[in-house]
Amino acid sequence: MNHNEMQLQFLSLSQNESFARAVAAAFASQLNPTVEELSDIRTAISEAVTNAIIHGYENRIDGIIELRCLVENRLFTASISDRGCGIEDIALARKPFYTTKPELERSGMGFAVMEAFMEEVSVTSTPGEGTTVVLRKTIGQNDA
Amino acid sequence: MEIKATKRGPRLTVSLIGELDHHSAERTRIMMDTMLHDVSVRELLLDFSGVSFMDSAGLGVILGRYRTLNLRGGKLIVSGVSASIDRIFKMSGLYALIERV
Repeated sequence: MNHNEMQLQFLSLSQNESFARAVAAAFASQLNPTVEELSDIRTAISEAVTNAIIHGYENRIDGIIELRCLVENRLFTASISDRGCGIEDIALARKPFYTTKPELERSGMGFAVMEAFMEEVSVTSTPGEGTTVVLRKTIGQNDA
Repeated sequence: MEIKATKRGPRLTVSLIGELDHHSAERTRIMMDTMLHDVSVRELLLDFSGVSFMDSAGLGVILGRYRTLNLRGGKLIVSGVSASIDRIFKMSGLYALIERV
């Protein structure tokens, strides 16, 4: 059984979006992913961390975001948690093109991108307490 | 994000170089909007061949500039789109509004 995990915490600063996706991709590299699989992971992590910053913490820069990554055999799991405002209606938030921040030129495609690039996306949220997004992807599915 | 721009007639060509995410989106937007103050620009060609990463924040940047161009009867064209960026463009229906060369 191949098992490994990591976790880190960082501030809700937008420059940490690239930091978080680079760390997650580096951790996933132990599963020998293809360039495309790595790109999928980077993109999905970036969406989740951006949501935590813009929506969870509403652009406050003193929030803490926690990134946990896990590999179990060929399954890569990442969970991104914030202790921000939470989501009142998760189904609505996941709807393509739905955004509460059109003035920031947000496209409303964050969750749709996560769903397209990962196998499984689950969201748990409590208004006033925070949100956790869990992303899962099996690496090397196309291998013989 | 670094941008390089060339204007020829009504066409402004902007080459984007670097990563286009929420962090870099605002600066990219401001730099492009400054150039689009020139109302003689009727075509904006965005060259993505130097973009090593883009997430959905890039869609907002493109759609916002598309609106500016559309209001003055102009158009937006993208080029140099990688496979992963193309997937995001396709799923968002962006190609109904902009051209790809």
